[in-house]
Order: sequence, then C-alpha cells, then structure tokens
Amino acid sequence: MRDAFVDSLFNLALLDKDVVLLTADLGFGVFEKFEALSGQFFNVGVSEQNMIGIASGLALLGRKVVVYSIGNFPTLRCLEQIRNDACYHDLNITIVSSGGGFSYGSLGMSHHATEDIAIMRALPNMSVIAPCTADEAGKAITELVKEGGASYLRLDKTSAEIMRTEDSFVVGKARRHREGSDIALIATGGILYDVNIAADELSKIGISTRVVGMHSIKPIDKEEIIDAAVNTGGIVSVEEHNRDGGLGSAISEVCMDQGVTPKVFLRIGLNDTYSSVVGSQQYLKSKYRMDSVAIVEKVKNRLNQ
Amino acid sequence: MDSTREIADFVKKAVVKMTSYGNSSHVGSCLSIADIVSVLYGRVLKISPDNPGSDFRDIFILSKGHAGAAVYAALSRVGFFDKEILNSHCQNGSLLSGHVSHKGVPGVEFSTGSLGHGLPVAAGMAFSYKIDKMSNRVFVLMSDGELDEGSNWEAILFAAHHKLGNLVAIVDRNKLQSIKSTEETLSLEPLAEKIQAFGWRVREIDGHDHDDIIEACQDDSGSTPTLIIANTTKGKGVSFMENEVLWHYRSPQGEELDRALEELDSKNA
Repeated sequence: MRDAFVDSLFNLALLDKDVVLLTADLGFGVFEKFEALSGQFFNVGVSEQNMIGIASGLALLGRKVVVYSIGNFPTLRCLEQIRNDACYHDLNITIVSSGGGFSYGSLGMSHHATEDIAIMRALPNMSVIAPCTADEAGKAITELVKEGGASYLRLDKTSAEIMRTEDSFVVGKARRHREGSDIALIATGGILYDVNIAADELSKIGISTRVVGMHSIKPIDKEEIIDAAVNTGGIVSVEEHNRDGGLGSAISEVCMDQGVTPKVFLRIGLNDTYSSVVGSQQYLKSKYRMDSVAIVEKVKNRLNQ
Repeated sequence: MDSTREIADFVKKAVVKMTSYGNSSHVGSCLSIADIVSVLYGRVLKISPDNPGSDFRDIFILSKGHAGAAVYAALSRVGFFDKEILNSHCQNGSLLSGHVSHKGVPGVEFSTGSLGHGLPVAAGMAFSYKIDKMSNRVFVLMSDGELDEGSNWEAILFAAHHKLGNLVAIVDRNKLQSIKSTEETLSLEPLAEKIQAFGWRVREIDGHDHDDIIEACQDDSGSTPTLIIANTTKGKGVSFMENEVLWHYRSPQGEELDRALEELDSKNA
C-alpha cells in the first residue's frame, strides 16, 4: 500500500511543481527518489506540530502539500494544528499516516493507530480515506491532492487483493467486492483482507455474504450503506480501530439519519481499549477478535441470535 | 500617507472602545502591540488595501491572536475595511472575533487564537517564497508568554536551518503572561542569547518607539532569520492599565472607558 502511494505521489510531483512532500523524519529509504525534485521534498525533523504549520504556510501560498509520518504522529500529536491551521483555512494538505491500526504491531500501543479515524472524521473540512487495497492507496493520493482541501490518508501494512473491475477509485464511493444477501460485511482499510477470507468461509457454510470496501469514511457512501441495510439480512462493520467513533459509528449514523434499520447490526473492532500486548498485525487482529476466524464466529453468532 | 503616530493614536483609542463595547478581554495586550502593528501596517509592510492578495505583498501574522482588536483597528485605519465595522467587535454575529480570524475580514492573512501556531505558519510562508526566489517578507508578532509553547522552538530550529532571511519574528516583550510575570512563570531569560544560539539574528528595541521599530524591520539580514525583542508595556498609554495583569481580562466600562480615552487623548496633545 505504501509503495503504491509513493509511486503515485512521485508521478504527481514530477508533473506538478506545486506538489510538496514533507516528512517528520520517517520513511527511511522510502523517499529517496524525491531527493531529485528540487523544492518538492523536505524532512522537517521530528516535529509534527511544526510540520503542519510549515505545510499550512506553503499551502496558503498555493502549494499542494503532503505530510508524512507513521502511526498517530501526524494526526494526534498535532491535532490542533490540523484543526486550526489546515482545516479552518481549508488548505490543500494531505496528511498521510503509514501504519493504520496494528500495522506496527510489535512496537506497542504508542504506535497503534486505533482512534485516528474517529478523531479525524470529527473535523469539518477534513476527508478521511483508509484504502482497502494497494491500488486504492495509489489512486487516493492522486485524487486527494487534485481535489484540494484537507484530507487524511490512512495506510495499512496489510491490504486486500486488488479488485480487477472496471470501477475505479472515487472519493466517497464504496466498492462492492462480493455480492451476497444474508449479511453485508462493510470494512475499511487493509482489514478487508480478513473480511474476504471470512466471506469465503461464511459462503461455504451457506451464508451468502456481501463484502463492501468502504475506503472513504468521510465523505461516506450513504447509498451503499442504505442498500446493504435494505437488501441484505444486516450489516457488520469491520475496522482495525476502536469500535467507537469509527466506521461502525459512521454507518449507524447514516442508518439512523435515513430512518433505515438493518435487521442485524454488529460493529467489529477494538472494544474501547488500548492494545497492551504486542505482536504481528495478524496476531493482534486475532488477539483482539477481528481476524477472519473471529469475524466468522461473530457473524454466525449474531445471525443465530 | 498618514504618519504611524496618527495610526497608532487611532488604534489605541479604537481597541479601548472595541473591548468596552464588546465587553471583551485583552485590552492590555492590544495596547502593548498598538505601536508595533501601526508601524508595520503604516510603514513597513508592502501591502495594498486595493489588492490584499497581491503576489508581491508582504505577510503579517498575529500569532498572539488575543490582541486581534489591534490588528482589526490598524487594518481598518489603513483602508482594508470600513471603520464602522470595528464597533461590532466581539458582539453577536460579528466577523471580528476576540481572537483574530481571516474569514470575511480583508487583510487578515491567518487566523490564530491558540498560541504557538503563528511562527510555524509564518516560517512555512517564508519558506515558500524562498523556494520561489521571491523577495516577499513574512512578519509574525508573538507574545513573550507564547514562547512557552514548544511548537515555536521547532519552528525556530526550522527557520535557521533553512536560512529564512525573509522571516521576521517580533516578540511583544511586556514580561507579563496570563497570571504572573514571564520570569516567575517559566523563565525566558536570557532570551536574546537563547535565540542567537539557535542561529537567529536578534534585535532588541523599545517596542513603543516608532523609529526603533522601523529601523529593526529593515531588510538587511541576508539569509538569517530575525527576531526582534520589542520591549513593551502592557496597557501602554493608560496609567491604570499599565503593567497590570488584570487588564489582560477586564473590559473597560463606564468611567474606566472615559478615563482611558482621556489619557490617550492627552498623550496625543
């Protein structure tokens, strides 16, 4: 996912001198080719608050700025700069965090980004995108920079397989990866990988499962959510994130606002807690009951209730 | 062109009235910077009320956003908008908020209010001009208490590293912060030496002396960012407000308003 992002951004920067990439001293060996682009790539040091301030200054004068760091550093560490400087002034700044959810699983809770979606989507003027596949990450950075305004791009280490279909990435438009009628699994981010495996298993035992990749959390695809609520047996949201405030919350807001109640509704994610053990991303998804095995079990239990 | 003294006289009286009518705080902070913003808008900044967004303009950011009334007053005095609008400051529905906001207010480059935001943004704008090899300069006015914020020191490192000679930070050194003096709260001294050690040029001036301010703002620093320590008096020009923390908060009402305006008048005579 990160490679797709880097390649796309590099191509964009080659064509547009106004595109500037800032990193807060992360991305060792990742951005080497950007060094050749004079005036378009800077390491501002370990200083996220300053990075958003510098980005805002550059964007106020017309530049299209992408800021990069990992985990919670480019979001929570400098949240007020994002709110007051980037969002209030509606600046073309794309905040990129490599390492959504448990991507940096073994590094501990400081590096687990598990509330970022909730917090970033609460900011007016902010778009929030968590690509499910590598191709979405590449397309998202291009779209976000071109569209302007402030946005947050959350990159995962794992990703679902690229969907070979005609439909391309559009901000605010979900992608339906699989048709089904008994239940709709709606996922954001790379955890779609686990959801796809779970859907295979569920289908094997006769549960017809729709899979929706909701890469855009804000703006969100209301039509796709309502369709799932009306035309399937219910909605299960899956996110590598706190259950509170993230994708599941966003889906329930849409349903309530539209007056549509899914027959079944379940939010799978981190149960309002910090991850206090470490391990690989896959280990932690299993530990916190959001991997394919847990998804299958939870869906079966919920449908049998 | 009006003299900077005339502008300052207007700004001082305006901020007393604005904070009175709006029943709002920070009149002491506004009087502390009234001379500085008057000199900047009246003489130093290359700006035009007829073309506020000119590519060739200089930039001014008020980082101590709580003194926004002084900036609004100066902007209106030099022609960016109608002076009548000042009377709405801080009142229901007004665009002139207690902390400076750019929305709907011509001439305000950047909104602030939370401390420690202005300098990084100013550094980013100065950096942008430098990348483009433009000669625009960027000025940012900060409070001294604001230097407690770590984000400023990140930006101070950045500006020196990137040789932002087009960046001028002015510190309103009235030595008072929200509750007590800066030195009792979190010592800043020796401030000039600290900033110099970070690779900046430091000028120390009387922040109420217009010639001093003009001289210190001259474009002669080469590739070194400049920090001007402007020694000021909080509440300057109104005897009962001078050096009194109370006037960080209190709104001048009734007799206080009359006395303040009277004193500011007699000083101009």
